[in-house]
Amino acid sequence: MPEILDQARTQVLGDGVGLDQAGILAVLNLPDEHLSAALQLAHDVRMRWCGPEVEVEGIVSLKTGGCPEDCHFCSQSGLFTSPVRSVWLDIPSLVKAAKQTAATGATEFCIVAAVRGPDARLMKQMREGVAAIKAEVDIQVAASLGMLTKEQVDDLVDMGVHRYNHNLETCKSYFPNVVTTHSWEERWETLRMVRDSGMEVCCGGILGLGETVEQRAEFAAQLAELNPHEVPLNFLNPRPGTPLGDRPVVEGKDALRAIAAFRLAMPRTILRYAGGREITLGDLGTREGLLGGINAVIVGNYLTTLGRPATADLELLNELKMPVKALSATL
Amino acid sequence: MTTMTTTQLWCDRCGESATATAHPACASARQLEPPRFCPECRRRMKVQVLPVGWSAVCVEHGEIQG
Ligand code: SF4
Ligand SMILES: [Zn+2]
Ligand SMILES: [Zn+2]
Repeated sequence: MPEILDQARTQVLGDGVGLDQAGILAVLNLPDEHLSAALQLAHDVRMRWCGPEVEVEGIVSLKTGGCPEDCHFCSQSGLFTSPVRSVWLDIPSLVKAAKQTAATGATEFCIVAAVRGPDARLMKQMREGVAAIKAEVDIQVAASLGMLTKEQVDDLVDMGVHRYNHNLETCKSYFPNVVTTHSWEERWETLRMVRDSGMEVCCGGILGLGETVEQRAEFAAQLAELNPHEVPLNFLNPRPGTPLGDRPVVEGKDALRAIAAFRLAMPRTILRYAGGREITLGDLGTREGLLGGINAVIVGNYLTTLGRPATADLELLNELKMPVKALSATL
Repeated sequence: MTTMTTTQLWCDRCGESATATAHPACASARQLEPPRFCPECRRRMKVQVLPVGWSAVCVEHGEIQG
């Protein structure tokens, strides 16, 4: 057994204290023959500190495309020649999407907009949309609307949005290679305000943007410092027309090493499978990740791409004897 | 989910001619993506992805759903 896994067994599994950056890097560098031991330990950590439940979420794009920012992985930036066009979702369709999500057993519904930050029109649409969902659907509402002002944070709390997603996307040292229209620190500032407001913080990122393994470890350590309630883990799905459109997808084994490492860095967080898992891990890898530290999934489609049918994930959870977290347990 | 038909003029993923060459990579990618270009006129469509399904609208040729 490699030394780092012995250390993690005592420190993370035993005491609930996450690995530091050097420890995370050691896990990311584990040779293939120790990968299954790392995943098993990460699974044990998840079972001990989070339990067997899996949190199921659906996401929907309220405003798609035409974003003024230049995140190099994103097909919704208006600055690239991506084929994604700008479109708004109306409120009846938003409520219908929330109902369809709730019907899968999901407890979380995240409303997302492709913007630098919300304007008055978007905040109005949110207020009406969240109220309409709460009147008709039994589900918790989360939001992801970019960078916020303090006033907007307070408005979202007032609407009853219980969790806010704002991804740091990658580590601080690599961020300027991925985004030039705003800074990592600006994102951090929004996260700080969200935290202070009492909303749950959801913050993750994308692996496979061209960052080094060291930078992947740096990112996990920075997330651990933020200590988010939830960490969505995406793997780059290279989008046509974006600056990262020709990048290779992350190797399945590297993705699994990252899952184990992120869990060992953050024993108590909700670690969610987000975009890109289908092309990076396939069906077999999806299962291995759920047995290697992942304890939450996005079911159904993503914002601009499609996912596996919700039923496929729910059947897998059933087979793995992992109960879907109930709404009562989240309130 | 709808799939590409052999009668389409334009590839609904990359917008290039669908009659001149086959688009196996596009066809494969389309399993996990909605269409982006109208297969009849090559216009970029307004596409809304939903948790279950998607819709794509061409101003000239109307809406398709999957
Ligand atoms: S801010 Fe969000 S929607 Fe806009 S380009 Fe960046 S990732 Fe895409
Ligand atoms: Zn094509
Ligand atoms: Zn058309």
